[in-house]
Amino acid sequence: MSETKKTDEAAIPQQASASEGSADREVLLRVEGLTKHFPIKKGILQRQVGAVKAVDGIDFEVRKGETLGVVGESGCGKSTMGRVITRLQDPTGGKITFEGRDITRLKTGQMRPLRRDIQMIFQDPYGSLNPRHTIGSIVSAPFRLQGVEPEGGVKKEVQRLLSLVGLSPEHYNRYPHEFSGGQRQRIGIARALALKPKLVVADEPVSALDVSIQAQVVNLMDDLQEELGLTYVIIAHDLSVVRHVSDRIAVMYLGKIVELADRTSLYESPMHPYTKALMSAVPVPDPKRRGQKSERILLRGDVPSPIAPPSGCRFHTRCWKATEICRTTEPQLVELRPGQRVACHHPENFADQAPQDTVLLTAAKEASELVPDAVASGGSAEKEPAAKEAPEPAEAVEASEVKEAAEASEPEKAAEAPVEPTGSSKTEEVSEASETAADASETTETTDVTETTEEASETAEAAEAAETAEAPEAAETAEAPEGAEAAEAVETSGKKTGPGAKTTNEADTAGSAGTQESTDK
Amino acid sequence: MTELSKTGAAVGEPTPAKAPEAFLEVRDLKVHFPTDDGLVKSVDGLSFSLEKGRTLAIVGESGSGKSVTSQAIMGLHRLGTRGKNVRMSGEIWLDGKELVSAAPDEVRKLRGREMAMIFQDPLSAMHPYYKVGDQIVEAYRVHHKVSKKVARARAIEMLDRVGIPEPAKRVDGYPHEFSGGMRQRAMIAMALVNNPELLIADEPTTALDVTVQAQILDLIRDLQKEFGSAVIMITHDLGVVAEIADDVLVMYGGRCVERGPADEVFDKPQHPYTWGLLGSMPRIDRETSERLIPVKGSPPSLINVPSGCAFHPRCPYADIPKGNVTRTVRPELELVSTGHWSACHLSAEDRQRIWTEEIAPKL
Repeated sequence: MSETKKTDEAAIPQQASASEGSADREVLLRVEGLTKHFPIKKGILQRQVGAVKAVDGIDFEVRKGETLGVVGESGCGKSTMGRVITRLQDPTGGKITFEGRDITRLKTGQMRPLRRDIQMIFQDPYGSLNPRHTIGSIVSAPFRLQGVEPEGGVKKEVQRLLSLVGLSPEHYNRYPHEFSGGQRQRIGIARALALKPKLVVADEPVSALDVSIQAQVVNLMDDLQEELGLTYVIIAHDLSVVRHVSDRIAVMYLGKIVELADRTSLYESPMHPYTKALMSAVPVPDPKRRGQKSERILLRGDVPSPIAPPSGCRFHTRCWKATEICRTTEPQLVELRPGQRVACHHPENFADQAPQDTVLLTAAKEASELVPDAVASGGSAEKEPAAKEAPEPAEAVEASEVKEAAEASEPEKAAEAPVEPTGSSKTEEVSEASETAADASETTETTDVTETTEEASETAEAAEAAETAEAPEAAETAEAPEGAEAAEAVETSGKKTGPGAKTTNEADTAGSAGTQESTDK
Repeated sequence: MTELSKTGAAVGEPTPAKAPEAFLEVRDLKVHFPTDDGLVKSVDGLSFSLEKGRTLAIVGESGSGKSVTSQAIMGLHRLGTRGKNVRMSGEIWLDGKELVSAAPDEVRKLRGREMAMIFQDPLSAMHPYYKVGDQIVEAYRVHHKVSKKVARARAIEMLDRVGIPEPAKRVDGYPHEFSGGMRQRAMIAMALVNNPELLIADEPTTALDVTVQAQILDLIRDLQKEFGSAVIMITHDLGVVAEIADDVLVMYGGRCVERGPADEVFDKPQHPYTWGLLGSMPRIDRETSERLIPVKGSPPSLINVPSGCAFHPRCPYADIPKGNVTRTVRPELELVSTGHWSACHLSAEDRQRIWTEEIAPKL
């Protein structure tokens, strides 16, 4: 343990500087397949008749010195997750590894020495402090319980902690009710930091506080992280707060992680439709953006019950892109882009993972009415290609992601993607469409793709699919060439600059703007 | 007892000289609560007006008096024994009627019909023992002499209108059977069942998830468009304000510190407290700056409101105006530009300079 402490300290300066790109850091906590089910019992015999699947198979890791944000709606299991990884509750299944040691099944006694390293900050600053204890005894409790005698005595150390979190040492003998909400939250933080933990799990640390106080606490947590080299797991429902504090963010929906990515990727190009909807719903303090209602995706209804979560992808009942495969097959959390893991068959801003499946579910058709489709004209980077009409345009967008797909070594989609824009420009015959598609697949080859053998057949299929669905419409299109232009532009940009998220976004915009116009006609 | 306004004008006979043109006008409203610890000045001289079809957002931290203001307009402080513990003065004019001096019965006739309220927590605002539909029916039948059947049909219609699926079935559900968002929708249905002209929403989305919040805000906006009612939205979330409000009123320590059209207030905020609120908010639409700019200290006690400008102990610019003026003289609202008022001792030039040079770049 002393060894790890040394490395921990050594890592501090590095942590302070590198807030992003933390990929190479040592993993502090690893969670694999974690589940937590709460049994529902009925009858005299208290037989189990079901379970609330609060956390249902999640994997992630927390690296030293980083802040992992966990967001989701109420009832998605984020708090339960926090309590299980700190072992305040026992997991039903899965594995939790802390500093390389499996702590999943440790007994209370075995767990106690570890409590020093894993601490928790609770949401409710009123409920988490014993009203009958003074601040001094609350903050010194960790020392008492762990039998630690800090240098210079407990009282001195507690007073130091109090001043560290911005309270005055004279508060030592006061009671919790004498403090305001923000001050109480600081007391909670002081207690959590008493034993110099390595990992702090903060469950909604600021949501009970006023805006101006929120900022104070957020800044305090920031400062402490820099000073003490802490690692945070911050659970919150406020996406703006999470974005502000986190290096990486996990988005949860009904007990599952649907997307896990670093902050920039997640907020600039969310891949999971749920992430996108969640972010578009956050109100922005800028009245000029009002009226651009089209940017917002309204989800219909509520989160389904975790007692009987929907089959397949859990989000399919509210997703505007859901197809049959979403209902039947559960998508795995896979790394589609470096550092961005997504569990979705039809991700946004990326190549479709199940392009053969194009028929929308009924629920999705309804939901897609709530998704803005005319955003293209707005020139915003986030495009929502009319899922309403047909899913093909959605794939067309992915034309722009040729190089990306190539990078992700899934060439079949890349090859398939350019079909639509070219198809809409030339429009006459299947054969021609498939030719261009073949061309396109060659282009992808040049942008260093390794596997090309499957492509030809895939392309032909895709071309056919696109033709049957799209050609009649496209034939009538006057402005179709723009789509082609856009597609070309994308290709060239892909060649010139090579894989890169920024250019992709631009290309994205151009591509979808073109297709948008053509499909709208 | 209640400290009545000096005019003593009864409902229905507004003094011609005094009757305002605006649909709702609040003049120098004061709501004080005597307690064992001292007099709590929850609202201390607040004035504003609101036209039909407009939305006013009242923003402030907890304890700034925003909820008390709304309850005063609704006349809720005068109910039962609570009326004995409050001192109200000033004037509230709703559609030509003065409410502060009006008899409780007169106000009751207006409550629900002309003005209605959506509360923050629908679970505690609804009676757990009665079916949701029955509660809406009751609200309707208080003001309309109709049979239960007609009222029930109206309740179903309203539930449908606010987007509750299967309203004919849900009308017989109990509040606990509804999810948070649905409960809030039912609350809105209940508030709107009599087509009120003034709708007061007290933190209607604070307890809800963002996705549901977006649904509810949309709903309120659509309904307002449809019914043309005036809406007062009480919130602490500037994002919600920007989303929905035409005008903004920022409250601090029971008084208005800044008031104006939403665009103006967000674009050229004049009061240091408004700057503080804007700086404290992490924003999803901008590049993350390294740190938030919090307001130091905590909100004042309403028993001992700081002398002079109530914000001076927390204001980083309190020492700029000469003399001790910020500590001794209470600033009055001054017109900054058309419809934009601010109560601050800083000179217009200083404010302009601080905003453009120090605050705006950091946001």
